[in-house]
Amino acid sequence: MTSLTALLSKWPVIRQIRERSDGTGLEAMSDKTRAMHARIDDAQVARSICPYCGVGCGQLIFHKNGKLVSIEGDPESPISQGNLCPKGAASYQLLTHNRRETKMKYRAPRAKEWTEISVDRAMNMVADRVWESRRRTFVHKQNGNTINHTTAICHLGGATLDNEENYLIKKLFTLGLGMVCISNQARI
Amino acid sequence: MPGLGTSFGRGGATTAQQDLANADCILIEGSSMAECHPVGFRWVMKAKERGATIIHVDPRFSRTSALADIWVPIRAGGDIAFLGGLVRHIIENNLFFRDYVVHFTNASCILREDFRDTEEGATGFFSGWSGEQCGYDRKTWLYGGDRGLSFPERDLTLQHPRCVLQTLRRHFARYTPEMVEKICGISPSLFHKVADALVAASGPDKSAAICYALGWTQHSKGVQIIRTAAILQLLLGNIGRPGGGILALRGHASIQGSTDIPTLYDTLPGYLPMPRGDGSEATLRDYLAHQTKPTGLWHNLPAYFISLLKAYYGKNATAENDFGYNWIPKITSNHSFFEYLYDMADGKMEGMFMMGQNPAVAAANSRFERAALSKLKWLVVREMVEIEAATFWRDSPEIEHGELKTEEIETEVFLFPAAGHAEKEGAFTNTQRLLQWRQKAVDPPGDARSEAWFMHQLALRLIAKAKQSNDPLDEPLRALDWWYPEDELGDPKMEAVLAEINGWYTNPVAGGGGPGGNDGIVFGVDRKGNSHHGPQIDGYPRLKSDGSTASGAWIYSGVLGPDKINKANSRNSKDYLGHGWGFAWPGDRRIIYNRASASPTGEPWSEGKKLIWWDGTQRKWTGRDVPDFPVEKSPEFRPTGNESGLDGIPGDSAFISHEDGLGWLYVPSGLQDGPMPTHYEPLESPVHNALYSRDTNPAVHWFTRQENRFAPPGDPRFPFVLTTYRLTEHHTAGGMSRFLSHLAELQPELFAEMSPELAVELKINNGDHISVVSLRGAIEARALVSRRIRPLHLNGKTVHQIAMPFHFGSAGPVKGGATNDLVPISGEPNVTIMEAKALTCNIVPGRLPRGPAFEEWLNKYVPEGGPPNLHPEQPAAGAPCARAGGGHGLEGKIDTR
Amino acid sequence: MIGEGLQSTNQRKHSFVQDRVEVGFFTDPSVCIGCKACEVACKEWNQVPDDGFMWSGNSYDNTGHLGASTWRHVMFLEQDRAKGNQIAGPMSLDQDPFRWVFLSDVCKHCEEAGCLEACPTGSIVRTEVGSVLVQNDVCNGCGYCVVSCPFGVIDRRPAPLPDSGGAFKCTFCYDRQKSGLVPACAKVCPTESIVFGRLDDLRARGAERVQQLQQSGYNDAQLYDPTETSVRGIHAFFLILGEPEAYGLPPKPQIPTIYLKSAWTSAFATAIASIIATLLAFAFFS
Repeated sequence: MTSLTALLSKWPVIRQIRERSDGTGLEAMSDKTRAMHARIDDAQVARSICPYCGVGCGQLIFHKNGKLVSIEGDPESPISQGNLCPKGAASYQLLTHNRRETKMKYRAPRAKEWTEISVDRAMNMVADRVWESRRRTFVHKQNGNTINHTTAICHLGGATLDNEENYLIKKLFTLGLGMVCISNQARI
Repeated sequence: MPGLGTSFGRGGATTAQQDLANADCILIEGSSMAECHPVGFRWVMKAKERGATIIHVDPRFSRTSALADIWVPIRAGGDIAFLGGLVRHIIENNLFFRDYVVHFTNASCILREDFRDTEEGATGFFSGWSGEQCGYDRKTWLYGGDRGLSFPERDLTLQHPRCVLQTLRRHFARYTPEMVEKICGISPSLFHKVADALVAASGPDKSAAICYALGWTQHSKGVQIIRTAAILQLLLGNIGRPGGGILALRGHASIQGSTDIPTLYDTLPGYLPMPRGDGSEATLRDYLAHQTKPTGLWHNLPAYFISLLKAYYGKNATAENDFGYNWIPKITSNHSFFEYLYDMADGKMEGMFMMGQNPAVAAANSRFERAALSKLKWLVVREMVEIEAATFWRDSPEIEHGELKTEEIETEVFLFPAAGHAEKEGAFTNTQRLLQWRQKAVDPPGDARSEAWFMHQLALRLIAKAKQSNDPLDEPLRALDWWYPEDELGDPKMEAVLAEINGWYTNPVAGGGGPGGNDGIVFGVDRKGNSHHGPQIDGYPRLKSDGSTASGAWIYSGVLGPDKINKANSRNSKDYLGHGWGFAWPGDRRIIYNRASASPTGEPWSEGKKLIWWDGTQRKWTGRDVPDFPVEKSPEFRPTGNESGLDGIPGDSAFISHEDGLGWLYVPSGLQDGPMPTHYEPLESPVHNALYSRDTNPAVHWFTRQENRFAPPGDPRFPFVLTTYRLTEHHTAGGMSRFLSHLAELQPELFAEMSPELAVELKINNGDHISVVSLRGAIEARALVSRRIRPLHLNGKTVHQIAMPFHFGSAGPVKGGATNDLVPISGEPNVTIMEAKALTCNIVPGRLPRGPAFEEWLNKYVPEGGPPNLHPEQPAAGAPCARAGGGHGLEGKIDTR
Repeated sequence: MIGEGLQSTNQRKHSFVQDRVEVGFFTDPSVCIGCKACEVACKEWNQVPDDGFMWSGNSYDNTGHLGASTWRHVMFLEQDRAKGNQIAGPMSLDQDPFRWVFLSDVCKHCEEAGCLEACPTGSIVRTEVGSVLVQNDVCNGCGYCVVSCPFGVIDRRPAPLPDSGGAFKCTFCYDRQKSGLVPACAKVCPTESIVFGRLDDLRARGAERVQQLQQSGYNDAQLYDPTETSVRGIHAFFLILGEPEAYGLPPKPQIPTIYLKSAWTSAFATAIASIIATLLAFAFFS
C-alpha cells in the first residue's frame, strides 16, 4: 500500500495538487532529474596538457575505474585559466572515438589488405628490418673521414611527442644506430 | 630557430603568452592567432580590453582580423617589404628608442670595409656570392677588427658610416611607403596607420609585442622575415620588457620541445651542432675548438657537449676515448626531410619510421611524397588512426587514378596503434619555452602503446643483438647507456628520462640513493638494480667538461634538480608569469633577455614596465622574474677585452648568448642568405621584384625535378596567388581532427576562399565546385566567395589571391583533396623549409574527372615534358645547386645559435 | 573578465542551485572569435551526437541552426557595415565598410517558456536557477514544444541518431550546476564571450558593456533581452551589433501558448467542476 502511495505520488498531477503549483517546477522533476549531478563528481583527476597546438592549455583528465570520463580545462593554469579551444574541447573524443586504432596492423608486400599480428611479433620484425637495412647501408668512412652513419633509414615526426620520447628517439636512432636522416615538423 | 636565434641568442619565443596582456600594441602577422591559438589569443583580447591597438596583417580577413583594430591585407610573400618599410620609417624619422638601441643592440658596431650591400647596383646580392656554390662566402659580413664577434669596435654616437645603424639605414632606404604599396598592395595611408600605432607604443612607458607563426616561416626567406621583425622590435626597444617581445606561435604541442630536444638531423639537444664528417671536426678537440665561442654563454660548450656524451654513453664515455666522440655519426650533407625524400623517390631509402606525422597530406608536394613512399622496403607508422600515409598503398588518389597499383607496391607497412596524451606521462614544451608535465590518467586501449614504449622495446631488442655481435659497427649500440627502469606495461619510467635530461653527477652513490632522503638522487639505480649515477645537478652552470657530470639537454637543466621536484609537473602558479607552474628554459626565466627591462644603469625604464632591476645595496639583480643575466654583474661593469665567457659581457648589455652581449640588428654570423633581410619575390610569383634585378632569394634550394616544377614569374597559365592556412576546427594534416565527428562536422569539406571580384571574373558562384591546379597537381574544392579576400593592386596590375586550408585527405569521415598536392618542395637556405604560403595556381570551374581520366585532364593544364627548371633563376636538374646537399648549406644549419 | 582565473564566474564553484539563485548566460559578440569551442564543449559534456557533415557555403557556419543535436550555434555574419572604429583594410578607407561578427546562440531559457507551457507530459520543467529543462525520461516525443518555441530552439531528434524521437535542447548543464560547476560552454570560452553567472549581475554587466562599446565607436551595440513581450525576459541574453533580425532573433518574441494557457485553465476548471458534479451525483444517489 505504501508503495502504491509512493508510486502515485510520483505522478506529476498528484504532486501538483499536493504541492499546489502549476506542475512546471521542481514538483514535476523525475527521480532521474532529482538525482542528477556532474558525472565527474566522484572521478579521479590527472593533470595534463592539451595535445593540439603550442599554447599549452592545462587539462583536467577525469577518470573512473580505468576509464576516461571527461576532459576539461584546468582553471589553475596561468596560460589557459580553464579555457580550451574546440580541438582541446574535443580531446575526450580524440581518445575515445570509434575510428581509433587499437590493434596492430601489418601489410605484407603487394598485399591488398591489412593482417593483424601480435605487437611482440611486429616489434621483432621491425628490429630485424632495422638490423638488416643498417648492415647493408652503414658507411664507416667517406673521403677518408670517419662518418659512421647510414642514410638509408629515416625518421619523421615528433612535434606532438613528449620531450622524453624525442630524447629516446635521438639517443637510439642517431647515437646508437647512426641514423642521420631525422626530421620533424619543427623547422624554424 | 635561426630567425630569433641569430637576432637575440636563443631560438625561442622571448616572452610568455600571458604577458601579451601588458602590451600597448600587438602586431600579428604571419599568423591567424585567434584561429590557430584561440586560448593564447585571450591575452590579446585582454590587452585590447586595456586599450591596446591590435593590428593584423594577413592576405585573408580572418577571425583574427575580425577582432583587430586594424586589418592590413598584404600580398602573400610581401612581408619583408612591409616590415622593412616600417624599419625605414623608424630610422629615417629618428623614431627609435635611442637609449635602448645604443646600449643593448649592435647598432654601434663597425663593419668591415669590404662588405657590400644588396643595394649597390640594386643587384639583390651581398658581397661574397659564389654562383658556382650557390652560396655566400660570409667573411665580409663580419664585424671589422680582428676579434671576431667578441669585443667589437663601437661608435656610440651611431654616426660612423660603417656602423650597423647607418648600414641598416642605407639598406632599407628604398623601402618607402610607395614601394611597400607596389610590392604588397598596401596603401601609404594604411601603412602609416600601422607605423603610427607601433611608434606610439614604443618608449620607457610603452611596449609592443609581435606574434607570428607559419605564415612567416613557410617562405623561401622565412628566417629573414622573422629577422625583420626582430630588427623592428630592437629598434623600438621591445625585447626583454613586459608587454614586448616576439612570440613565435608553435603549431604543435611540443614544436618548441622537438627543436630543444631535436628530432632533427643537424642538432643535438640544447642546440649543440651535430659533428660534421668533412674532416673539419674529425676529433673531439677539433669539434670543441670549432664550436666554442670565446665570450658569452656558448663559451661553456665543452661542458654542455661532454655532459651530453656522458648522458648518451654513460660510463662507456671516458676521457681516454674522447667520451665516445667517434661513435657519433657525422653528417656529410643536408639530411633534412626533402633531401631524404628525394633519396626515397630514387629508391635509395630502405626503411622509414613515422611517428605522429602524416606526410601524405602534410608534406609539400604530397602527391610526390605518396609516390616516394611506395619505393620503401618497409615503413613503420605509429598513429592513433589510419592516416593517409599508412594506407597510401590502398586508398591514395594515385591508386584511384591508376598511377599506382596496390599489387605492385612492395612496401611492408607496420601500423602501430599509438597511446594518446592522457594514456602516458611526459612533458611538452609549449610555445613560450615552458615545460609542462602530463600525468597519466588511464592505460592505452588494446595494443596501443606510447612512443617511449616503442623506442625502449626496440632499443632492448637491438642492443641485445649488438651484444651478440663483434662487428665494430655495433659498438655505439653496445656503448649506449640504456639503463631506464620500467613500469608494469614495459614503458621506461619517464621521470627517469627527465632526470637524465636534467643531468646528474656521474659518480654513482653506493646503494643508488632513491626516493626518500636528502641525497639529491631521484633514480639512482638502473633497471637491473645496479647503482647508476649520483645526485641531480642544479642547473647548467654546474656542468663540467671532465666527465663528472651528465646532462641530456643542458638548457633544460634545473627541471628536476637535487630537490627531487619535477618542476615541469609543478602546478602552483604564484604570479602572472606563472612561476611555480611548469619550468621555463633556461633557468625558469619567463621573459628572456629581461636585463633589457632596466635602463643601462639598472633602474626600471618606468614604474609601469618594471620587471627586473639592479639592487645597488645588495649589489645584485632582482625583481619579478629570474634575471637572465649574471646576477652579480653590475650595470657599470665594462670588460677590458681580456675576459672569457660571461665575464666578457658588459654590464649594460642584455643578450648573454651572443659573444658581444648585444641584440643583433645586423647578423654578422650565422645566416646563409644575408646579414640583413632583403625582399625577394616568392619562388612562384605573379610579378618581378620591384626592388632588385634578382627576383628570388639567391641562396634558396629549388629541389629541381620534373615532378616539382615552378612557374616562372608572371606565368599566364598560373595567374593567381595561393596561400595555405589552418582552420580553428582542424589540426594540421587532420589525423587528430578529421576523424572526430565533433570537429569534422564543423568544417566538413575543403574550400577555397576568393574575392567576389575574382568569382565574377571566373563566373563562379559561392558553393560551386572548382578545380585548383598548379604545376605539381590538381585538387577539387568548393568556392567560398567573400569580401574577406580583396584583390590587390600592385604597380598598376590587379593580383587575385586565394586561400585554402590544408587539413583534408582521402581518409576519415570527411574527405577532400590534399592542398599540399599543389605546393612545391623548396628549401629556405637556413632551415630547408618549403614555401607553402605563397605560390601560384590556376582555377578551373567544375569538378575533376575520376579515375584514369584525371591524368589526361592534368596534362591539359600541366603538360608533361620539357625542362624541369622553368624559372629563369632556377638551376637545372642535376646541377650541383639543384638540391640542398653539399657543403655550403651545412655551415649555417649547424651554427650554434 | 579575462585574467581573473579562479575568480572568474566562468570557473569558480558555486551553489546557485542550492541557493535557488536565478542564473543566466550573457553572450557578447564583440569579443567572440568564432572558434566554436562552445559548440564542441557542449557536445562533449552532454554527449550530443554530430548532426551530419554538410558544408554550407555560408561563411564558416556549417552548423546552421540550433536543434536537437546542436545546443550552441555560432553564427557568422558578413555585413557591409563598420564594426566600431575598426579599420578593415581598404574597405574602411574606401568608405565601403565590412565586418565579420560571430555570435554564439543558445536556448534563451525564457521566463515564460513556450515549450514548457505546451508540454503535456510534464517533461519540461523549470529548475531552481530559473532554467528550462527537458526531462528525456519523461518526454514522449509529442513535439508540441517544437512549435511553441518563439526562437525555434527545441527540436525532436531524427532517426538514426541515438535517443531519436525525443525533444532536446540546451539543459543549461543542469547536472553540472547541481554539482556547483559552470555550464560547459561558458567554462571553455577562451575570450569569455559567453559569461555565466547570477542573472542580475549579468544584466548589470551587459548594460555596462553596451555603454562602453557605444563610447568607443560601436554605435549599433545594444542588448537583446526582451522583457516587454510574453516571454517576459530571458535567461540567456545577448549583446548584439545592429538589429536582432540579422541574427534570426525575433524583435518581439511571443509564446504561442499564451493564449492556450487560459484555454487550458478553463478546460481544467471545467474538468474539475464536472468531476465534482459526478462525485456529488454519486453521493446523492448512494
